[in-house]
Amino acid sequence: MARVQLSGVTKKFGAVTAVNEITLEIPDKQFTVLVGPSGCGKTTALRLIAGLEEATAGDIFIGERRVNDVPPKDRDIAMVFQNYALYPHMTVYDNMAFGLRLRKYPKTEIDRRVKEAAEMLGIGMLLDRKPKQLSGGQRQRVALGRAIVREPQVFLMDEPLSNLDAKLRVQTRAEIKKLHARLQTTTIYVTHDQVEAMTMGDRIVVMKDGLVQQVDTPLNLYERPANLFVAGFIGSPAMNFIDSALAEAGGKLFVDAGTFRLEVPADLVSQARPWVGRRVVFGVRPEDIADRALANGAQPAWTIKAGVDVHEPLGSDVILYLTAGAHSIVARVDARTQAKMGDNVEVVVNMRKMHLFNPETQQAIL
Amino acid sequence: MGLLVAVGVPAIQIGYVILVEHLLSLLPARTQRTLRPGLWLAPALAFLATFLIYPAVYTVYLSVLDARSAAFVGVRNYVFAFTNREMLIALRNNLLWLVCFTGLTVGAGLLLAVLTDRVRYEAAAKSIIFLPMAISFVAASVIWKFVYEFRPAGAPQIGVLNAALTALLPGFRPVAWLVNLLTNNLALITVGVWVWTGFCLVILSAALKGIPAELLEAARVDGATEWQVFRRLVLPSLSPTIAVVATTMVIFALKAFDVVYVMTNGNFNTEVIANRMYKEMFTSRDFGRASAIAVLLFGATVPIMIANIRRFRQQEAIR
Repeated sequence: MARVQLSGVTKKFGAVTAVNEITLEIPDKQFTVLVGPSGCGKTTALRLIAGLEEATAGDIFIGERRVNDVPPKDRDIAMVFQNYALYPHMTVYDNMAFGLRLRKYPKTEIDRRVKEAAEMLGIGMLLDRKPKQLSGGQRQRVALGRAIVREPQVFLMDEPLSNLDAKLRVQTRAEIKKLHARLQTTTIYVTHDQVEAMTMGDRIVVMKDGLVQQVDTPLNLYERPANLFVAGFIGSPAMNFIDSALAEAGGKLFVDAGTFRLEVPADLVSQARPWVGRRVVFGVRPEDIADRALANGAQPAWTIKAGVDVHEPLGSDVILYLTAGAHSIVARVDARTQAKMGDNVEVVVNMRKMHLFNPETQQAIL
Repeated sequence: MGLLVAVGVPAIQIGYVILVEHLLSLLPARTQRTLRPGLWLAPALAFLATFLIYPAVYTVYLSVLDARSAAFVGVRNYVFAFTNREMLIALRNNLLWLVCFTGLTVGAGLLLAVLTDRVRYEAAAKSIIFLPMAISFVAASVIWKFVYEFRPAGAPQIGVLNAALTALLPGFRPVAWLVNLLTNNLALITVGVWVWTGFCLVILSAALKGIPAELLEAARVDGATEWQVFRRLVLPSLSPTIAVVATTMVIFALKAFDVVYVMTNGNFNTEVIANRMYKEMFTSRDFGRASAIAVLLFGATVPIMIANIRRFRQQEAIR
């Protein structure tokens, strides 16, 4: 097991820069998720670590060793591919044993490791089958097993769940997590699915356009997004962004969106004060907006009057698509809400969870 | 005439279909259903029967008759085919073609497919190698006659091969490639290889592109060297295609004729079965022997075809 370190790593494909001067440290034994929209460079970053792509600039370390010029086979890594990449003409057993055989492990050792991994993954009865005779979920397990038996320093996983149906994906997600807890192998996991990232990662690296946007724990990403992109990417439904101005009246600060004004809580005033009189992007998550009728101790200064455009009951709660003046706002409210399509409602914004962003740099102010 | 055929043949086909459908419409629905497939298939089957099955059967019949197809001679023509000196040379040479021609075309095609896959000028390289396919065997043979041209030592060498070798190797004595008993068969096979390697290349190259890149990458991460990737993954993945290409080449090797006919006409121990058959038929006018040789050739391809079809079925089964 080992830490992985990227320092100033850049990868260009002709004129396109897929990965742009990434500096990143992935500590030993951690489960790190690279997440971002398609084309953000996350898969390229993973392939650079695997040695399937050659870095244009920068250094890549696995453990204490600089691996830029080390071929994939000598990097002591194992990779799980999106389409599993099982060897079609080999049985499950041979698929899993392939890497060990190439490394000339003794037969008994190979047999022990394959059987152990198969047992761990519940594919013991499939060892004689060919990949074509397996279901998607079973193939996924074989691909995992092939990585596990190698006992590598680092696991690299490239969207390994994207070909599974929703139910199986959730189940396998938990299993991979359990597997990591048991094996404690440093894991780098690529996905475009922010839910997968949030549920699986010890730490998440959010990427966009080849650049690292933020590296943090799932909770910190959610509560303290570093910029507009991360704020909008993490969380579903996405955070509401409202172009506003910061105004001061009677010693209090307000977020002034034109059709409504919301008071900034006292403990955030000192951080927000430099922005008084300037344009800001006000951000609030749908789950921090509640139906006033159902909110305890509702603050009049945090209330918005809005019309309900769409009412989406999810059972556990209700998503309301609201319009307040020129602003569209999404709210996730209590399932007991009486609001219906076409109604006018009052909603309360939990301003303690408010975010402000600089509209020019898109960086978070608070 | 061409226009007449271009218009006439489809017209007859359409006319037949209309006629059949008209006649069928007069019958009850159930009878229609049983008769229709047969009637639609009938023209194609009649065609096959007339131009394929009938000649094949008739050839077998001729092969047990004498030269003028007048008297029954039993297996005498077949005894000839397996004992005549020229025929034995032809059988040996066809075996040589079978092994060398098939091995070299498929081997070179595979090697070039793998190599061209890794260079930027792939399309250009493949086009050049494929180019000889566009030339008829006769023209190719004429070109290679110039390559193999022989002049005695001391005289200016106008054959490319001898010219190059005498220029490069001091003391090299020019070789009459097409006469020398050690070289002439291989010289002929080389022409066949030159023409057909491009075919093997494009088919194998297409199959090679069909192997998912992820698969090869997985093997590389798993610890395989480039050779192991080829040996353990690429080769097994290509094996169905290699089998198809090799079968095609084996059949071409059995049918080898034009190169031999044009370049040596079977002289100097370069005879092949097909050329022998041609000579028996059109030079000796011995229909019995020619037919026996034809049946022999036909018989040799049958097991190959059966093996091929069986293989194909197995692959379909595990799909």
